[in-house]
This record gives sequence, structure tokens and C-alpha cells, in this order.
Amino acid sequence: MILKFLVKRALLSLITLAILSLLVFLGGQLLPGDVGRAVLGPLADARSVAAFNHQMGVDRPLPVQYWDWISHFVTGDMGRSFTFRAPVAPFIADALRNSLKLAALAFVLVVPLGIAGGVLAALRAGRWTDRAIVLLGQSLGIVPEFISSIVLILIFGVWLRWLPMSADWPEGSGALTQVRYLLLPALPPVLIFFGYIARVARVGTIEALNADYTRTAILKGLAWPTVLRRHVLRNALLPTITVTASLIGYLTGGLVVVETLFHYRGIGALIYSAAKAKDFPMLEAGVLTVGAIYAIASVLADLVSAALNPRLRAGGS
Amino acid sequence: MNDSAAAVTPSAPSAAAETLRIALRSRTLLIGLAILLFWIACALLGQRMTPLDPYADDLLTTLAPPSAAHWFGTDQLGRDVFSRVIIGARDILIVAPLATLLGTVLGTVIGLGIGYFRGVLDDVVSRIIEALQALPLVIVALMMLAAVGTSNATVVLVIGFVFTPLIARTVRAATLNEVDLDYVAAARLRGDGPLAIMFIEVLPNVLPVALVEMTVRLGYAIFFVASLSFIGFGIQPPSADWGIAIAENYSLIGSYWWTVLFDAGATASLIIGVNLVADGLNSVFEP
Repeated sequence: MILKFLVKRALLSLITLAILSLLVFLGGQLLPGDVGRAVLGPLADARSVAAFNHQMGVDRPLPVQYWDWISHFVTGDMGRSFTFRAPVAPFIADALRNSLKLAALAFVLVVPLGIAGGVLAALRAGRWTDRAIVLLGQSLGIVPEFISSIVLILIFGVWLRWLPMSADWPEGSGALTQVRYLLLPALPPVLIFFGYIARVARVGTIEALNADYTRTAILKGLAWPTVLRRHVLRNALLPTITVTASLIGYLTGGLVVVETLFHYRGIGALIYSAAKAKDFPMLEAGVLTVGAIYAIASVLADLVSAALNPRLRAGGS
Repeated sequence: MNDSAAAVTPSAPSAAAETLRIALRSRTLLIGLAILLFWIACALLGQRMTPLDPYADDLLTTLAPPSAAHWFGTDQLGRDVFSRVIIGARDILIVAPLATLLGTVLGTVIGLGIGYFRGVLDDVVSRIIEALQALPLVIVALMMLAAVGTSNATVVLVIGFVFTPLIARTVRAATLNEVDLDYVAAARLRGDGPLAIMFIEVLPNVLPVALVEMTVRLGYAIFFVASLSFIGFGIQPPSADWGIAIAENYSLIGSYWWTVLFDAGATASLIIGVNLVADGLNSVFEP
């Protein structure tokens, strides 16, 4: 059952990715004028522009170009960068590794914090602790990352001097040093998603607290910590865990502004600089890679929720 | 309970008055409106509200800390930060609402269409919407802006376009709830065409949903325009826009915090204001 469900979800993701690849490819064709002119600039002579276009293969019909691009892409050959005149794939791989580090750090910070905040708010539902947590989460969640980054840099980098202000660690730094350099860039997304996770955890906990099985557990004389651990939290956190799995996509691929601001060579920053330089092979490969991460994250979220939820496991649809 | 009898009678003016009465009691809405109206006033009155010329260089007083003469200090060119923060509200308050409006109009039309006709059209458009949502919006926007170039007009178009699927999805869901109701069947029997049914019969009933979604989107549009301007893909210099100001000055943050902190605070306050309005409206329309 669960296998069938997952295969179906994975297939749907593949279809989504296929459509996405088409959109990404067509997006790259929106560039007015020709590619060689845009890359080489207005001063280049017509012959070198034509030669560039021919060398890059952009003078062929669109369907041919699309098929050529996508059929190579799935084998890991992502084309050649206009800017670097070199294969795109190694750049993407490096950037992706960096982004995953940052995402992992943000993830291990925000998930426990958000769950703790949400559970605490639920246990104090209606009182000022609850209101403070909900309000804090809501307010932090709507402030753009670059604004919170600026404030965090001022506090921890400039005034307290606790943390480095850029993610650019010295060559050959150990894991702990890298974490120190990544702490400040990891905080803005933590602030954004704290409220989101706390809200889901809070609602789940309140539901579980009011459920019959909790009342039964209390009435049969179980100690409160046991009730909380075994009955309330175990049920309350199912939806939260599903929600956190779907964060992975954004944390890995969506931190364009944070990565740029902290000079971190992640995939967001790579997409940003490719967009600036109109390096379309790099841009398209980066965007499609982020799409693939999103698809994997959403299948993962489904997998987790199917594994945790017996009803979904049996239902299958 | 008794004095609400007027609200029970289904006459339109008193229903509107009742909505207004509820709205005016919502503290969230009022605080949000106050913040929003303050920034709108700054945007509209512009230079008449600023104590000093926001664009005037003064190379003798560059990077001066806050003082009586310059409340928020001066930037690298000696321009008065307070005046620039006031005037910096203007471009974002033009670009973000226009983009939101574009996205709402397009999204409502598409959502109505696919919700009403359903079938293959719905399947195809829904798949495309899903595919576009399989990416962070900022990445979709970057890609499109790289292709079409950055100006206030293209930023409006691109943000309007990336919002369209989100609003279309909401309006589609609301439309699906309506199309099987009796009044739509009655209109069909009367011989009304699909366009007339969609826009005259169904639209008024899904409009509140679309409008609430629009205010939520407006908050996000400001978030988005500010972020894009900060990374150089939004509003362009020489505008006094807050995102641009932060981008220009944040390398100086170590010594000259006033060149970025006030712009950051202004951006945050505007976004919080719009979100309070959205929350307030949401609780008024869907208590």
C-alpha cells in the first residue's frame, strides 16, 4: 500500500519536474535579441556573435535545443557556462554541497525551537506566554530575511562581536569553525520559519490535549509527564514533522538573499550571479536543480507522513 | 443581542454598516491601517514632508551620526537619511500594489475560468500552476527578470505573474464551491452565457476571498519587492528606496549603522502594517 502511494507521488513529482523543465527552458528563451549579443556585449562584431551562437548551439530550432539540453541534463551533463566557458555541473555540485550545509544547520536549529515554542504555547493556551509566542512567530515570519540579517549582523557581528559577519570561512577550516561562520546566515531563515513550525505544533498539541485519549490517560491515573510524552506529544507532532520535511526545499534552494548577503557560495547565490551575468545555461541548471530538490523534499514529506500516519498508510490515495 | 436586529434584516446598507462596525472594533485592523496610512502619506506628500532635500549631496557632512540637524544621520554622499527614509516609501508603494493588483486580476480570471469549466482545461492549468509552485518565488522571479531586464514595469509584471497561480488556486477552490449551487443552475436555465454567469453571478460571491487573498499577497509583495531591490533586481537607483539604501550601505554596517538600520526598520514596519490590515480584514470577513 505504502509503496504504491509513494510510487504514485514520485511519478507525479516527475511530471511536475518535466513541466518545470519546459517552463525553465522557455523562460531562458525570453531573452530579447540573441544570446551571443547579450553575452559578448554591443561592441562585439557580428561574426564573433554568430560564432559564439553556433558554438553554444543556440542557433538551432527550439525543440532540438530543448531535447538536447534535457536529455544531457538527466545524465549529469548540464551544459557549459557562458561566463566561465566551462561545464556547469561542477559549479552546481559545489554550490549544492554548500547550500545543504547551511540548510542542515538552519533545520537543526529551527525544528526543535519551533516545536518547543509551539508545545509551550499550547500548554499555556490563552495566557500571555501563548500570546507572546504566537505574536513573536507571526511578526518574525513576515520580515524579509535581509532585514533580519541586518539586525542580526549589527547585534552579533558589530556590537557583541560574537560571530563573523560573512560566511566566507578561511580555507581548510574544520567543521566547528564552519558552523561558527554559518551560524549568523542560518538565523534569518530560522526566524522566518520559527512561527510557522510553532503554529503547526501548537494546533496539534491543543487538539491532542483536548482529545478523549488524553482525558482517559489522565483519569486512569497516569503521571502528567507520562501523559504528555506518550499520549499528547506523540500524536501532536505528526503534522509538524510532515511540515518540517517540506521546509528542506526552501532552506536548500530558496535562500538567495541570505547567501548573497553573507557571501556564501550556495546554489541561491549561484543562481543570483548567473541571473546577473545572463549566464543562461548556469541559471537554467541551477533553477532546475532547485526544482528537483523541492520535488525530493515533497516526496520525503509524504514518505514521513505516510510512515507516521496509519490511516494514510492504509488508505493509499 | 437585541440591538443587532437591524443587522439580521438582509438589506444591503445595514449589512455594510455592520461590517464596518465590526471592522472599526478590530484593534489589529486599526493599528495596521494607521501604519499603512502613515507610509502612504509619506509616499504621496513626498518631498513636502521631508525636512531636507533627500537627493542633495553634502560632501562636507558624509556619514554623520544622528544629530539634531540630521535625525537619522547622513549617508556616504552626505544625504539626509531621515528625508530619504520618508521618501523611500514611494516606489515600493507604487510597484508592490500594482503587482498585487495585476496578480489578483489575472489570478481571479484564471481561477474563475478553470473552476467554472473544470475538465481538461482545469487539469492542464492546474499542472502548470503546480510546476511553478515547485520553486521558491524568488527564483522564478530572478529567472524572468534576468530574461526581460529589470525596471519598475518589469518588476510589476513579473511579481504579478508569479502571484497569479497562487491567487488562481484560491479563486478556483472558491469557484468550485459555487458552481453546483442553485443560482448558477438557474442562470444556466435562463440561458445566460458562461461569461455572464462567471462574471455577473459567481464573481461577486468569490470576490471577498480574492480580496482577502489580495491583502495577504500585498504584504508578501512588499517583502518581495524590498528583497529584489536589495539584490539589485527590483527598484533601481537613484530611487531612495529602502532596499537599495540598505544594499548601498550595508558594507559600512560595522561603523555606520544608521545608514541601514532606519531603512530596515521602515521596511519592517510597512510589512507589519500591511499584515495587520490583512489579519484584521480576514477576521472581519471570516469571523
